[in-house]
Amino acid sequence: MSGTIIYSARKIITMNKSRPTTTHVAVRDGRILATGTLEELSSYGSHTLDERFADKIIMPGFVEGHAHAMEGSLWSKVYCGWFDRADPSGKVWSGVKTIDAIVDRLKEADALLDDPDTPLAGWQLDPIYMDNVRVTREQLDRVSTTRPIGVLHASGHILNVNSKALELAGMLKAGFNSPSIPLGDDGLPTGELKGPEVMTPVGMHVGFERNLLDADEGGLRNFAKLCVRTGTTTITDLASRMDAEAVKMMLNVTAEDSFPIRLMPFRFAMGLTPEELLQEVITFKSRSTDRLRMGQIKIVADGSIQGFSARMRWPGYHNGAPNGLWYIAPEQLSDILHRALDAGVLVHTHTNGDQATQLVLETFEKALRAHPSPDHRFTLQHCQLADAAQFHKAGKLGMCVNLFANHHFYWGDEHYNLTVGPERATRMNACRTALNNGVAMAIHSDAPVTPLSPLFTAWSAVNRITASGRVQGEEEKITVDEALRAITMGAAYTLHLDGEIGSIETGKKADFAILEDDPTACDPANLKDIGVWGTVQGGRIFAAEDQ
Amino acid sequence: MNTALPATVIGGYLGAGKTTLVNNLLRQANGKRLAILVNEFGSLPIDQDLIEAQDDEMITISGGCICCSFGSDLTEALIKLSEISPQPDHVVIEASGVAMPGAIGSSIIVLDRFQLNGIVVLADSTTILDQANDEYIGDTIERQIIDADLIMQTKSDLITSAQSAHLNSWISKINGKAHIVQSSFGNIAMDVVLSAAKIPKETAVSAHSDADYRSVSFNPSSFEDPRALAKALVGGGFGIIRAKGFVRDHQQNSFLIQIVGNQIDVSEASAQNDPALVCIGHVEQLDVNGLEELFQDEHSK
Repeated sequence: MSGTIIYSARKIITMNKSRPTTTHVAVRDGRILATGTLEELSSYGSHTLDERFADKIIMPGFVEGHAHAMEGSLWSKVYCGWFDRADPSGKVWSGVKTIDAIVDRLKEADALLDDPDTPLAGWQLDPIYMDNVRVTREQLDRVSTTRPIGVLHASGHILNVNSKALELAGMLKAGFNSPSIPLGDDGLPTGELKGPEVMTPVGMHVGFERNLLDADEGGLRNFAKLCVRTGTTTITDLASRMDAEAVKMMLNVTAEDSFPIRLMPFRFAMGLTPEELLQEVITFKSRSTDRLRMGQIKIVADGSIQGFSARMRWPGYHNGAPNGLWYIAPEQLSDILHRALDAGVLVHTHTNGDQATQLVLETFEKALRAHPSPDHRFTLQHCQLADAAQFHKAGKLGMCVNLFANHHFYWGDEHYNLTVGPERATRMNACRTALNNGVAMAIHSDAPVTPLSPLFTAWSAVNRITASGRVQGEEEKITVDEALRAITMGAAYTLHLDGEIGSIETGKKADFAILEDDPTACDPANLKDIGVWGTVQGGRIFAAEDQ
Repeated sequence: MNTALPATVIGGYLGAGKTTLVNNLLRQANGKRLAILVNEFGSLPIDQDLIEAQDDEMITISGGCICCSFGSDLTEALIKLSEISPQPDHVVIEASGVAMPGAIGSSIIVLDRFQLNGIVVLADSTTILDQANDEYIGDTIERQIIDADLIMQTKSDLITSAQSAHLNSWISKINGKAHIVQSSFGNIAMDVVLSAAKIPKETAVSAHSDADYRSVSFNPSSFEDPRALAKALVGGGFGIIRAKGFVRDHQQNSFLIQIVGNQIDVSEASAQNDPALVCIGHVEQLDVNGLEELFQDEHSK
């Protein structure tokens, strides 16, 4: 790319505090030369004036600090979620509200398949919204008795299958005695498989491959299309197993001229010793490109709150469920944190429950004393139940948080009634408290757990409305400006990329979200509904309608 | 017709002695082809002297045994195992320190080609009561014990018999159905571990008869004739029931020596291996002094 292009806009919201709004931005070699009036920018010499965005609002390209590229791969399967959701091509799939509707939708997909044995898979089923109705294999048998069928729940931790799928896995038999395998009156499994340890052998027969966590080539391109539609120009894959083949694939796909995003995969900490993990990640880092930023680690400390597998402090779960599970031993967590601080490798740690957050804070404090690192940006991911003292401590330790604002809408009612009860549900994802304690903060979707859409995520943090329409936690609301900062500079900061992206100012990447309306001028209740025209990434223009 | 492959889960917190137990099972394998699945190839899960070869996927162990790492996907590893030839005789899964052994058991029962032979949970006699009081991991420790068919109090030589009795009653309160045995250095009869779920509660599992084996390691420099050395080990009245390792001759050629009872197998190793020889015998019969002298004498030749 050569020459200078000056884009005009109805308004440019820069997120640069020195020059918050302006009307023009000059781009050269994929980077921002300067912002200002046309007259100011003309001083940089010859240029082309491009007025295609003259009636649009330009913001910094959104940064999603917690998503999974597998979202792109899931769209090759049938969407069975409760809420309307747009696929990578922009088609909006209506939410399915009954089991009959799910069966009908699967029948439609079944009719499109010629071979009667081809597996059929659906995803994002969430019976929480259907009074926790149980799906059975007999219901899925209505779709087909010849092909194996499986529908994955939104949690990712339950799979419903038909009789054929059980038969192929050798599981259509009596004699199971496990809470993970519910049985019908006939003594045979109902087709509901609860937990990864019992899902996997059947999952592979219905199209949920073993390495579900990793996106495939087509999935990665689909993932990127969703990014363009939502104004996202930099996104994480948190986490990836990153075997040699996957890394090669990611390097190839992200290098394609038409690939519109900067991808930051985090290496999942499991399966390697801490020593090997650090070695591998440091090697990856050296192979990074502008559009594929490798060299970070993701640790998972506990499970999920709605799955009752998050680690809770006293008094535990509201409904009396036993405490959740550790996914890493405290000693191993400590080992990785020490080594990573020593080597200067960035680590983000998933903590959902407040006990998991506490463990990481205490463990990290000791590691930080041993390896003083003034600008480490180690981040607590989700950190949904942190209280003021924990945010304060995180701030003092220089840790960042990336709060799960979308969760509040999708499962806020569930948390209020069942998982953590009224008080703790009200302070979940406490953005206001985090900012008041000086903690660097991002907010996220955790796609595919909830749909990717930074503007929706900002809306969630600003309005704190649950799916039933209640405001839950008035005191933890943040302003529109704070929320927009969280989905740009906030997330960039947690990734150590705030010097390159996250605002529109001289020297940064020419990464823009092109919006139809001004999010700072609209009713905050409508923030999620602002149209996204597309993006500019590294100076390259991507229209949503071309995706 | 294929019969189901028996599998045993070994659980317990970090440091409870799982790796030591696994290595002792391998030393007792005696022709039984064990397949060991470990969560990760940590600081080597298998004693160096047992290893014949190693690559990223698998460690090959003498006597037809193997060890694989399952990382984050146990099911995938189990299915791969069921497809290799020749089939292992028994699969032993070493769980990660925070894993719930019962959940791993669930992974096995849904696989048609496997049968769960039991869950063994190790409890470090010296630390488990403190761990059980830890605010973070205390409930994890108790839930692991609840899942067990057989509980091994490891490092039991480091506590008094009164402490051991106290520990025994504490464990019984959490899990009244499981057998509890004491052991030290991972010494316990292989059959007890591999058929943990099949031992009726009434059967007395002797606490000590299984713990009476001792192993001694030597790192000799070189020998005139490794075959003669092996014969001397068997015929010299040293009480060796098993010995294994690498030695070198004076020309620095490396030899693998394997002894089981009176059976001797000495072969020239393809690669240069550091000399290391492990000898195992009953604690009252193994003549450690005699062995030390033997190696001294050989050196001086």
